Amino acid sequence: MKVEKGLLYSNDHEWVKVEGEEAYIGISDYAQDHLGDIVYVELPDVDDELAKEDSFSAVESVKAAADVYIPVSGKVVAVNEALEDDPALLNADPYANWIIKVALTNKADLDELMTSEDYEKFLAEEA
Amino acid sequence: MYPYIPNTPQDEKEMLQAIGLDSVDQLFDDIPKDVHLTKPLNIPESKSELEVTNYLSSLANKNCSVSEMTNFLGAGAYDHYIPSVINAITSRSEFYTSYTPYQPEISQGTLQYIFEYQTLIANLTGMDLANASLYDGGTAITEAALMACAHSKKDEIIVSTGVKPEARQILKTYAHQQHLKVVEVETKDGVTDAQALEALVSDNTAAVIVQNPNFFGVLEDLKGLGEIAHKGKKTSFVASVNPISLAILKKPGELDVDIVVGDGQPLGIPLQFGGPYLGFMATKKDYMRKLPGRIIGETTDLDGKRSFVLTLAAREQHIRREKATSNICSNQGLNALAATVYMVTMGKEGLKEVATQCAKKAHYAFNELTKSGKYKPLFDKPFFMEFALTSETSVEKVNNALLDAKIIGGYDLGKDYPQYKNASLYAITEKRTKEEIDKLCEVLEGVK
Amino acid sequence: MKNYDKLIFELSKPGRKAYNLPALDVEDKALESLIPAEYLTDKELNFPEVSEVDVIRHYTNLSDKNYGLDTGFYPLGSCTMKYNPKINEDVVKYDGFANVHPYQSECCVQGSLEVMYGLEKSLAEIGGMDRVTLQPAAGAHGEITGIMLIKAYHEKNGDFKRNKIIVPDSAHGTNPATATMAGYEIIEIKSTENGLVDLEALKAAVGEDTAGLMLTNPNTVGIYDRGVKEISRIVHEAGGLLYYDGANTNAIMGHARPGDMGFDVVHFNLHKTFSTPHGGGGPGSGPVGCKDFLVEFLPVPMVGKKEDNTFFLDYNFPNSIGKVKDFYGHFGILLRAYTYILTMGSDGLKKATEMAVLNANYIKEKLKDYYYLPIDNIVKHEVVFGGLKDTLSEVTTLDIAKRLLDKGYHPPTIYFPLIIHEALMIEPTESESKETIDAFIDAMIEIAKEAKENPELVKSAPNNTLVRRPDETKAAKNPILKYEG
Repeated sequence: MKVEKGLLYSNDHEWVKVEGEEAYIGISDYAQDHLGDIVYVELPDVDDELAKEDSFSAVESVKAAADVYIPVSGKVVAVNEALEDDPALLNADPYANWIIKVALTNKADLDELMTSEDYEKFLAEEA
Repeated sequence: MYPYIPNTPQDEKEMLQAIGLDSVDQLFDDIPKDVHLTKPLNIPESKSELEVTNYLSSLANKNCSVSEMTNFLGAGAYDHYIPSVINAITSRSEFYTSYTPYQPEISQGTLQYIFEYQTLIANLTGMDLANASLYDGGTAITEAALMACAHSKKDEIIVSTGVKPEARQILKTYAHQQHLKVVEVETKDGVTDAQALEALVSDNTAAVIVQNPNFFGVLEDLKGLGEIAHKGKKTSFVASVNPISLAILKKPGELDVDIVVGDGQPLGIPLQFGGPYLGFMATKKDYMRKLPGRIIGETTDLDGKRSFVLTLAAREQHIRREKATSNICSNQGLNALAATVYMVTMGKEGLKEVATQCAKKAHYAFNELTKSGKYKPLFDKPFFMEFALTSETSVEKVNNALLDAKIIGGYDLGKDYPQYKNASLYAITEKRTKEEIDKLCEVLEGVK
Repeated sequence: MKNYDKLIFELSKPGRKAYNLPALDVEDKALESLIPAEYLTDKELNFPEVSEVDVIRHYTNLSDKNYGLDTGFYPLGSCTMKYNPKINEDVVKYDGFANVHPYQSECCVQGSLEVMYGLEKSLAEIGGMDRVTLQPAAGAHGEITGIMLIKAYHEKNGDFKRNKIIVPDSAHGTNPATATMAGYEIIEIKSTENGLVDLEALKAAVGEDTAGLMLTNPNTVGIYDRGVKEISRIVHEAGGLLYYDGANTNAIMGHARPGDMGFDVVHFNLHKTFSTPHGGGGPGSGPVGCKDFLVEFLPVPMVGKKEDNTFFLDYNFPNSIGKVKDFYGHFGILLRAYTYILTMGSDGLKKATEMAVLNANYIKEKLKDYYYLPIDNIVKHEVVFGGLKDTLSEVTTLDIAKRLLDKGYHPPTIYFPLIIHEALMIEPTESESKETIDAFIDAMIEIAKEAKENPELVKSAPNNTLVRRPDETKAAKNPILKYEG
């Protein structure tokens, strides 16, 4: 299972890529593999204010559905509309295809996330 | 021996032997003594088919059916003509003895007729899509409200008192569970009070629900009410409609309605004392992933053949479990089949003719019944096939007089609307003849 | 015939018609003179134009593409696909039952009310309950009605902190979905490896916030949970109530009653236990029974009996949860179930349960050398295997199900309950003869052998059905939900 270096990860298999005061959020390779063929990604509205652990998206495959929880508090500044037309992008490359971009409202949340090394260990333990 | 249980005592013996037991009772040894029943259930013993049919015929004969009487009662369940083809098709056991179509390879019959049903309902309502059906018109309204709340993430529902009273009670029962707020907007002169509605709609409003024709039979201004509803942010405008009326009235899809629901009983389903009927739901495309109930989709199989499957299952309880917005895991399968056969049998021209005849006969009846002035229209508003009349006499007294003449009278509006005491709601379908309407008129004139 | 592939819309030809109405016999005024034009549509109805012959041939051909219980063995676990007696279908067509309006005055509907009264009494006796509402339209609808009763009870006691419903992980997905709809949070507790309720986990889960527990017994693995009295004690002592999911009632009729086990509320699935047809997905019916102390909360109306032996609709339940459905329930389904109960009687119902259980245990015994049996115990009305015993071939439960199609059977329920890996859940019911069951067992054994000798044959199944493994991913990705022409 691919774990991209330089990103931060949550227990729920979301990744966070920080760029200054903003961050991109998506799901990990492990998460997409677990779901199988993704057929739909539900996106939030731009300007939605999200608190850490809020569900902001749902990713659906034929036989499963998973809510995606935001690991850091933030306000949505952009959603990846390409996923509406082609949800399978998340299967193809879950790291290139972010789901939302947020303006971080509590940067301290980042401290609780795992580094890519920690996440690899976490996955090994899960298995 | 019992006709539905084929194992003989010899079969039993052989099967027990294979399991390594001596008696059937041993199969129930795992039930602890303190809860194991020792005496027979207090239910009469088994009976022959002849005895059972004799008894049940005697009960059926205690009822007065709408075929023995002349029926002018509607109020949400209507006495329309049901063509013979419907029973011929719904009696096919390949349809009625099958389960939910989990195995598409051997369920294409069910899957395809539901796909046809979805198409017909979408076309009838003028909406983008329809689900495979819900329990009935009343619960469909509640499901629409819950979906609107999930869609908007808001918790206030505004419902017009022109919506069928029982449906509003169901809505309140469900809303109480999830602490959703239900606000009623009153009617004025028989239609939803637009000004009052305007004052109530806010950014907290998840849904505005109206009925058309409303419970009084009166036509609502769906376009105007929808415009008011849409002043709320992400507010869904929900209309509960009579499917027959849509053959001649403007379609909800032409009037910017977001969610259309209704009871499909008028589409070939017998009255049978209130059920089972058929709830239908059709929506704009935005609601597709939030719809309750089953949905059938078209696809192709391994050989590229057109085929149909249950789809968008990720919405449903068996996958979402506690995150599902509805717990519904069935549809009204066989009644959806009845409605499908009805709609294609009546077809493009037939449904229009049914609706037109209902409207023309109802307006004839309205004119005749109000001629002498003894019975006055409760409202002076356009209607489709149902209208309310009021008089000096109680509805109970009027209806008893009608009953003596083998006529089933109208619905007593005073039961649900105390302000409309002595008001009776009459429904005229295409089944009523001029002669029957004239008789109604004659008996009513004679009521002392 | 087999290749019939038309939609009704593709048969349409302008000018054809399948209906015939009497000519209008009142004065023919223009519609626009009766209803203002702004309400009327100027659009044509997009419906097909076909003849009656077209309609009959089309839907008869579609019916040929279906497998029904009258076609053959239908061992869908948890669904109780028992025979649907033909007398039931006759009775509902009696004019006095089929053509009665729900709002007719009580004097005109005594027969229907008597049916409802008699059915309520019978179900209460079978479940060990005091009263039964016949209003719910389906099992899931019964569930939420039952949970609303529990909620109303706590609320009347001013006990608003009880906001959790406990559900075992072996439960049907409707249980958690129902509890959520009723505004509850869910606590899922793990089952023991035998699929039973883990009493220690239950003790740890209950508390001042417990509203109730939802359970089915026998459980979804088909095993009677002997701990049920203890379970009921634990939940009741914590102040919670017990809900019985009646999906598995066919396993215990005449032998045990949920009421005696300690349950306070129970729903019945008339379309399972009481022989009403499944109709390709509905309509069903899910009456809910309860103990005395919950009767005041039942939905209105109930059917009451007066001193003069006439029946009436009783709305006098001031603490009722309200209404859960239009009118009084699925009367047509209630009538079928009552017909079945009258026909079978107390002796027949008990016999049905006994033969359903015998058939399930016989299948278990005959197949356990070929299919993995995670729990080898006396089962009740159904048995759950965990795929093939020999897993070398990598043939899955789905493959086995599809191969059964080739052999002319409706497959068992697959991949449920979730706690059994590769679950194959077989419920034969009492309707099947030893010969039918033996033939099914032979087919299953044959598949086990094929999996070993020619796994590709099983993995590529089905090979002789009308369509083969329709693409569900494609259907969900780009949904086509109606015919666009």
